[in-house]
Amino acid sequence: MKYRLLAICGSGIATSTVAAEKCRKLLTEKGIDVEVLECNATDITAKLSTFQPHVVVPTTTISDSMLGGVKRFPGLPFITGIGTEKVVDDIAEYLKSIK
Amino acid sequence: MEKTFQFDTSVNQIALEANNAKDALKKISSLLYDFGYVKSTYPEAIITREKSFPTGLPFEKCGIALPHTDCCHVNKPMISISTLKTPVVFKNMGDASQDVSVKMIFMLAMKKSENQLQLLSELMENLQDNILMENLLQAHSSEELTKLMSGRITV
Repeated sequence: MKYRLLAICGSGIATSTVAAEKCRKLLTEKGIDVEVLECNATDITAKLSTFQPHVVVPTTTISDSMLGGVKRFPGLPFITGIGTEKVVDDIAEYLKSIK
Repeated sequence: MEKTFQFDTSVNQIALEANNAKDALKKISSLLYDFGYVKSTYPEAIITREKSFPTGLPFEKCGIALPHTDCCHVNKPMISISTLKTPVVFKNMGDASQDVSVKMIFMLAMKKSENQLQLLSELMENLQDNILMENLLQAHSSEELTKLMSGRITV
């Protein structure tokens, strides 16, 4: 199964791009087939309906109400390197649990 | 041979004195303007952007802020590095309800380009290097900041 992950950044210029690339690389290394898309905080609603992600990874402050119930994981570890492994494991585990 | 990103000592600063985050942003962005890297609209844009999308990041070694704004305010790409005399409080990028005590600021003046992704991810990798961060924090001159970072980012 191909999973879809949406990385969300405040500005779309810097952080989500880096987080998205890291996510793609680390999840692929874990044998997870994942398609990663990035977007700005302002595009969330549109991207949620067109891309239909299984998980979202915001690197900016986003309220749960904007995510329409899609499961979220913290994006900051992909930038700071602190706790990256745990988030990757958590995301992988969650994706595998989706039927 | 791969080219590396050339930092400019004239826009790097050590032990910058700032009353708060806004003051620091103002001082650093004005310096980028003085040396022609950004347009006159850049300083205001940086401050506005920081308010809506904060860029404080709690790295292992210290808090670091990565202020940036839209590329339309930029003339030519540059990354300005500043260490602060005393830390100032930024909001956390991942959760704006949290504060981050910031000791170092990397202000990005970026143009949209194909290799921007590589440049940024290499910068982020370097920020995770505790020895490098310690050396930057201890630097005694802006030349030293340039020297420590030079050759570390390919373009």
